[in-house]
Amino acid sequence: MTGALIAREVRRGLHGSAWLPVAFFLLVATIVPFAVGPDARLLARIGGGALWIAALTAALLPIERLIEPDRADGVLDQLAMAGIAEEASSAAKIAGHWLTFGPMLLIAAVPGSFLVGLDSAALVRSLTSLAIGTPALAALAVAVAALTAGLPRAGSLAGLLLMPLAVPLVIFGAAATGDGESSALMLEAAVALLTIAGAPFVAGAAIRAART
Amino acid sequence: MSRLLKGERLALVRGGRLLFEDLDVELDAGEALHLTGPNGCGKSSLIRLVAGLLRPNAGRVERADAALADDSIALDRELPLGRALAFWKGPRLVEAMSTLDLDRLAHVPVRLLSTGQARRARLARVMASTAPLWLLDEPLNGLDRDGVQRLASAVAAHRSGGGAILAASHMPLGDGWRTLEMGQ
Repeated sequence: MTGALIAREVRRGLHGSAWLPVAFFLLVATIVPFAVGPDARLLARIGGGALWIAALTAALLPIERLIEPDRADGVLDQLAMAGIAEEASSAAKIAGHWLTFGPMLLIAAVPGSFLVGLDSAALVRSLTSLAIGTPALAALAVAVAALTAGLPRAGSLAGLLLMPLAVPLVIFGAAATGDGESSALMLEAAVALLTIAGAPFVAGAAIRAART
Repeated sequence: MSRLLKGERLALVRGGRLLFEDLDVELDAGEALHLTGPNGCGKSSLIRLVAGLLRPNAGRVERADAALADDSIALDRELPLGRALAFWKGPRLVEAMSTLDLDRLAHVPVRLLSTGQARRARLARVMASTAPLWLLDEPLNGLDRDGVQRLASAVAAHRSGGGAILAASHMPLGDGWRTLEMGQ
């Protein structure tokens, strides 16, 4: 059943608007040179951080479609009736969501890195950092989506909730794009691992608590 | 006779209001129990409680495997009905769809189904499962006369096969049902 759940998430993601976060990501990356000016050295220095901010904002877009439609339609109840723990269905949602979100974002990060003037070494570091960070962003998105499902103005609330939670990830992720020597990448991986491991439990508890 | 559902001294508070307390509910194989009572007396809540989706404030529930048909359709709206139902992996899906005359709708997207057809789809998911205990919340809502008859024969077949049914409804469900009047 877990495989079917992941496949369902991927299908829903692609059927919906999988390109939207990617377009948003590229748009934010495009805005950066306009905002800070065309100074190539300055851009290259802040470019990795800019990509991370772009990735974080892109992660906000799909939140409203991750949990709420399934809660409102009773899919989460039927999954529970089928004997699937809320934690397991949340983990499947995280995996399925990342599959429609992560790889496309990584592909978009290649043109994105040119927009912010990164050289090829910095591009590789950024891709590594985003490859490690996007599963954690997907996990955070699912957890926050579960926490805000069914609330009025859930979208804006989810943004307020997700951004602070993503701070450690952004700190180490952005640092890892700039300096290959430091241990930022290891710390980013540790934060990502913690997030991915914890998110299904947060989401599962939130789904149960939201039942009426 | 095997016991499929046993709820003892159940109490449920929702939104600060006591819906029921000291409620006992039991179902043996082959039995069917009809929950009646005025709006808001806790019929649907009792069904969700038995399903395990709500926790009782007091008492405990033991039950066999159950399948639930309530107000939520829980099917992917953009998929054709056949594929959407197949997601739930009911072993008796083909049989259930023909019992409820849904065969000819297998290729119709779920979002285009009428109220009554969507109700049949929910019942089909329950019938397709092998769960011995059926939990039906207002199963007759939206069903036409043909649908009501098909449901009645499916219920009879399920009972003679050793299953049990707990249903909440404002309408009479037919012969052979025990009635539990709630909200008194």
